[in-house]
Amino acid sequence: MKKLDRNQMAARVARDIPEGSYVNLGIGLPTLVAEHLPKGREVVLHSENGVLGIGPRPAPGEEDEDLINAGKEPVTLLPGGAYFHHADSFAMIRGRHLDFAILGAFQVSVSGDLANWHTGGDAIPAVGGAMDLAVGAKKVLVMMEHLTKKGESKIVERCTYPLTGARCVNRVYTDLAVIDVKPDGLHVVDMVEGLSFEELQRLTGVPLKKLASAA
Amino acid sequence: MINKFFESAEAALADVSDGATVMIGGFGNAGMPALLIDALIAQGARELTIVNNNAGNGETGLAALMKAKRVRKILCSFPRQNDSWHFDALYRAGEIELELVPQGTLAERIRAAGAGIGAFYTPTAFGTLLAKDKETRRIGNRDYVLEYPIHADYALIKADRADRWGNLVYRKTARNFAPIMAAAARCSVVQVRETVDLGAIDPEAIVTPGIFVKRIVRAAASLRRAA
Repeated sequence: MKKLDRNQMAARVARDIPEGSYVNLGIGLPTLVAEHLPKGREVVLHSENGVLGIGPRPAPGEEDEDLINAGKEPVTLLPGGAYFHHADSFAMIRGRHLDFAILGAFQVSVSGDLANWHTGGDAIPAVGGAMDLAVGAKKVLVMMEHLTKKGESKIVERCTYPLTGARCVNRVYTDLAVIDVKPDGLHVVDMVEGLSFEELQRLTGVPLKKLASAA
Repeated sequence: MINKFFESAEAALADVSDGATVMIGGFGNAGMPALLIDALIAQGARELTIVNNNAGNGETGLAALMKAKRVRKILCSFPRQNDSWHFDALYRAGEIELELVPQGTLAERIRAAGAGIGAFYTPTAFGTLLAKDKETRRIGNRDYVLEYPIHADYALIKADRADRWGNLVYRKTARNFAPIMAAAARCSVVQVRETVDLGAIDPEAIVTPGIFVKRIVRAAASLRRAA
């Protein structure tokens, strides 16, 4: 079995984003998805800080301090892009105008609860737009490693970290599998080469259903 | 004749009193009104309640205001960053109060204040720690959390161009919170790159109409800080 690396995970997610989609990419791993969207497929990228139509990273020396994404990284604007203020930006999010929010996570539960903002304890909390994206996007896709560094499944019966949103995740992309969250449970959509359903089930711990089409 | 131009940031902020609630525009450094924040530090008002998306970056702007111990409380969505050490130290020492607000709820609470809305229900944060002890209501088949507006005494914001009536246009993502903060504060103070004659800004392209703006200060281009 060969786990997907970060770029392979991003490419796998990018495959599922259709032409014409409005998409918000979370900070970190999800941001990589932009680099794997096929050339010529028009997907409009949104960022919470007030921009639609984000283009590629600027060339070194071409950065503009007034043109950044929600991760505060310099970006560019495509022809057709637009700027707007924060209340409009979150109206787009909360008002169900975004087709996809692609978010990182610490944990996802069998019922689609998402934990991705706070590790609890005495950590200084910071939430940003995560809770708005979790409840607002038409589809919430999560990208994360399947297992923690200790080898525990990040797909869990109940989240032990504080929730970002309840029953909000539609699909999880990990370095081992793609799994849909449905009312009747978790459905495996596909798995990395060389991984058996039984092995994935053993690693994940919570009950999985095997789709007839899954390899 | 209406003239909202002020000679200096010092003059525009002279009447800020201790205990005031001050909204500060900007998302990170984009739209951060550095000239006005420096003037607020020099002015000396204490025990401020600050509303911003973050809690300061590095050593300048809002971070410097906090380092000077002028901030009693901050309302923000994302305080902890790799360069928020001044906030982190104050928070750990119990010297600053934090009201953590989801970013969209922060924006809408600010918008609601400027729009005369008494409160609103939002689906954001339902069932999470950030909705603890808040009123909730099921409307249709969704659960919502009741949130109240955030009013302010002052809004310190940055725009690109202004005319003497206070009509504003912004530059790229530096717009972020500025238009809604301008409307939410009793006195909005704007730092601009350029002042222009009435009529020079296309009326179809004015982002913040002058009714929301009280005072304008022109910042020399050399004062624009690198990211």
